[in-house]
Amino acid sequence: MMQLLVDGIVAASFITLGVIGLSMVFNILNFPSFAQGDQITSGAYMALAIATLFGTVGGPAGGLSVGWCITIALPCAVVLNALLALIIDRAIYRQLRLRGASRISMIMASFGVSLMLRNVIVMFAGQDPHFFTFAIQPALRIWGIRIAVNELIVIGVTFVLVLCLHLFLSRTTLGKSMRAVAENPSLARVNGIDVDRVIQWTWIIGTGLATVAGVLLGFTVQLHPFMGFELLLPMFAALIVGGMTNIYGVLLGALLIGLVEGLTVEYLAPEYRQAAPFAAIILVLLFKPHGIFGEKA
Amino acid sequence: MDIASYLVFFLVMAGIYAITTLGLNLQWGFTGMMNVGVVGFFGVGAYAAGLLTGPDYPDTLGGLGLPPVIGYLGAMLASGIVAFVVGLLTIRLRHDFLAVATFGIAVCIQMLAMNLKPLTRGFDGLHSLPRPFASLAATPFLSNLYFLVMVLLVGGALLWALERLVRSPWGRVLRAIREDEEASAALGKYAVSYRLQTFVLGSMLMGLSGALYASFMGFVSPQDLLPIFTFQIFVMLIVGGSGNNFGAVIGAVMIWALWTLSETVLGAFLPPELERQASAIRVVLVGLILVLMLLYRPQGLLAERRKISASSSSRSDKT
Repeated sequence: MMQLLVDGIVAASFITLGVIGLSMVFNILNFPSFAQGDQITSGAYMALAIATLFGTVGGPAGGLSVGWCITIALPCAVVLNALLALIIDRAIYRQLRLRGASRISMIMASFGVSLMLRNVIVMFAGQDPHFFTFAIQPALRIWGIRIAVNELIVIGVTFVLVLCLHLFLSRTTLGKSMRAVAENPSLARVNGIDVDRVIQWTWIIGTGLATVAGVLLGFTVQLHPFMGFELLLPMFAALIVGGMTNIYGVLLGALLIGLVEGLTVEYLAPEYRQAAPFAAIILVLLFKPHGIFGEKA
Repeated sequence: MDIASYLVFFLVMAGIYAITTLGLNLQWGFTGMMNVGVVGFFGVGAYAAGLLTGPDYPDTLGGLGLPPVIGYLGAMLASGIVAFVVGLLTIRLRHDFLAVATFGIAVCIQMLAMNLKPLTRGFDGLHSLPRPFASLAATPFLSNLYFLVMVLLVGGALLWALERLVRSPWGRVLRAIREDEEASAALGKYAVSYRLQTFVLGSMLMGLSGALYASFMGFVSPQDLLPIFTFQIFVMLIVGGSGNNFGAVIGAVMIWALWTLSETVLGAFLPPELERQASAIRVVLVGLILVLMLLYRPQGLLAERRKISASSSSRSDKT
């Protein structure tokens, strides 16, 4: 039982880091971005490319199954991937906003971005999986629970980043302006908040965290062109279960979806893993359309 | 493959895509419902046709060996039933949640195709499906030609029927709901019921196109149910002009032409070991077309025309 909980928390960590961006874009730019999954993938591949450039991909370091190069590659990839997101926003989403495009057009455009990103990755890196390392990591046993050092790192990093996000949103001016824009963009604008700047930071933070999710997923499992796309449905599920507008609800939603996925794999059938988040989406939309943790609109 | 038989193949596929796109046009173009699970309903149709018409597969429920026509009708029925159940659950949702929910449905249907072996045979797929006209035609080319005639007739009939339908009072209500749901509710038109009807009808067309595809290829497997298919159909509709049936058909033919043409061109210029890269380039190209269309010509090549419905014009004749 404890084992299941720990595995669920690991799965939930990836969803959590990914869904923050999805939720921020949903609340501030007002559309569910179908490209969020592939932005996770692009971040992971960028980190891989940089790590390969430094030539120290192999060689475990400090109990981790990846080399220290990851500490250089990860921040570089975060910056590069955020930059890419800003370019995409400027070239596509911003143009659509300026033309007053409907939410449906935005969704369609994100669908296009999703496919383009994924296929550019296939173009450069091929369909086959890649690895940060081939070292096999023995699992530790803590109070009878099997867990690898990698997974401990995943949980730790996620926890710290979520804490930082909380402090950012509640303590800094920028964080507060982001919440204001999410709540009421025109009122925020009237009060002198630079909405364009808020949108830029939305992409930077959301994509930055997505990059971390991708890299963590890459070195605990593997990298392949569909790695982020496969997270899309669980992320949407977390968003909807969590009630869309409340970031803390969404984080709880991510935890719940991670656990439900773990239960499905353990007790039902691993091949039907993807059905769990889908069922969660349908049940919540039917019975609690504002999400389990959401406030009433 | 010589030019003539290639052309027939090309046109059959274009016709099948056109039928799918017409189905989506009914849902999205006329009613504003965003179905991101097109491939799921296409797949239900393809598998239903496969199970009804295919040979008896060992350890599988299906393979009833029925004639292809039964397969097509059964496919429409199956997609219609799935769409009805799905619609009951999701039709009340806001547009963006409907998109997420239908996306999930497509993922789940592909998952079932891969894993529900007693029904779908997993990755082996349903093979050796009978092709209509195979016994009538002397050569494979002739049977393809007959198939083409059938697809054109079916597609033409659908186009005619849909044009009638959207001009009817029923079609007028659909557009009214799309434009202003509250106003049409005030006039006593209950949006949910109309939406459900369009959702089922559009999905039945998608199912029919899936059945035609399966019987033309003689084979269906989870490899035919990739999310890229949904995307292609959306691009076809957006390029052609959503809300315009002729636009849907033209978009389908154009994008399919571009898709096959770019395959040939890239194949000629790139060495064979870069085949994967070539197919990735094609997807990026189509994605680029979509984004450019959304930016610079959101109404599509053929914009939606203002429609004067048949009944009101005939009434004005009388007076």
